[in-house]
Amino acid sequence: MLTVNRYKCCYCGACVGVCPTCALELVETFIEVSPDCKECGICTKICPVGALEVKA
Amino acid sequence: MSMKCDLVVVGAGPGGSMTAKTAAQAGLKVVLLEKRQEIGDPVRCAEGVGKRALCEMVKPEPEWIAAEVKGAKIYAPDGTSIVMSEDKSGSEVGYVLERKVFDRALAMQAAEAGAKVMVKTRALGLLKKDGVPCGVSAMRVGEPLQIEAPIVIGADGVESKVGRWAGIDTALKLKDMETCAQFLVQDNTIDDEYTEFFLGNSIAPAGYAWAFPKGEKLANVGLGVLGTRSKPGEATRLLKDFVKARYPNGKVLEMVVGGDPCAGQIESTTSDGVMLVGDAARQTDPLTGGGILSAMQAGIMAGEVASKALAAGDVSKAGLKEYEDRWREDIGKHLTRSYEFKEFFVKMTDDDLNQLLGSLKKEDISKMDLRGMLRVLFRLNPKLLWELRHLVV
Repeated sequence: MLTVNRYKCCYCGACVGVCPTCALELVETFIEVSPDCKECGICTKICPVGALEVKA
Repeated sequence: MSMKCDLVVVGAGPGGSMTAKTAAQAGLKVVLLEKRQEIGDPVRCAEGVGKRALCEMVKPEPEWIAAEVKGAKIYAPDGTSIVMSEDKSGSEVGYVLERKVFDRALAMQAAEAGAKVMVKTRALGLLKKDGVPCGVSAMRVGEPLQIEAPIVIGADGVESKVGRWAGIDTALKLKDMETCAQFLVQDNTIDDEYTEFFLGNSIAPAGYAWAFPKGEKLANVGLGVLGTRSKPGEATRLLKDFVKARYPNGKVLEMVVGGDPCAGQIESTTSDGVMLVGDAARQTDPLTGGGILSAMQAGIMAGEVASKALAAGDVSKAGLKEYEDRWREDIGKHLTRSYEFKEFFVKMTDDDLNQLLGSLKKEDISKMDLRGMLRVLFRLNPKLLWELRHLVV
């Protein structure tokens, strides 16, 4: 599953912009992941601080 | 709770505020939503803006401007540099803004024109009647709120949802997004008079690093890396290396991160009752990453078209076509050209970049604009730039 390390996240929303399934949402200061997430990992690559990780 | 208006604008950045202001001035009842508690904060921007183009749209107040620069210096990977003067180097330099002040001032102008500004109010989805958007459902300080409006403006930035709710595909591919990090650095070696651009694949793969002065030896020092060349956390890691190497005694006072669309023109920015503006419409310059001015320009167009469409009683996609036509004719053409340069630029090796900038050493480019400089570059490096020959006219 996709995990967001909220201690690292700087809530910039770059991940939301590249999500192909519209599964991410930037709520003020945190990222919400919906069940639509396909764990493709695209968002992990764009994250400037490395807050996102697809864990087995 | 529910309310009604003519136009609801999602996002109170420069694009949303200019839309709201323009529409309110035309007599529309406008609601401007901002999901954050504060407008303009946190900043996700290097804050550089062209002086002339800004002044054509708004009268700048001194407190918006952190610094005014004389021009731009561009550094090749081997350290060779060229200098361009402010009035010639295109639209990205001139002023370095204080976005926290600037964004709030533009929202204030929208409010003064009659728009109702609502902060800590997040759009959750589109209201629809017979499948056609007719407003937004929102959450205001944790409470549900429905705002009925015949036209919805998505000015909701890089993380835009409005377009996607309306069936417009705004998802960015990794090759069309730069991932960026920036520190506000204080250091005695900072050049207060020039914006600086540093090229090189070890500094910022398929991107560049920048230093935009903010006065008194302060600067926004940042870099962008193309999504396809990035790994988790890469932008921040590379920025730490860059700052350590360039400003060993520099003090970091602030950290900013963000994604910058570099997609060129996307297929559609309108649907029935919906228009997208600014980063949400991916109207950012793909080569430089600059997006403040195009968002403001597009915002003015969207505000004007909204008022016309309502007067004509047609807010369908066809009724909003004028917005699509107008921004593509103006901003769009520039985006397409810039996208071609970007696609070429991202393939360049450090040797290519050294050769290009090195070839300008003996030329006087101080009086040239970008197009003139490109012509000289092409004359000196025809083989390297052969792919771009159709752009050199």
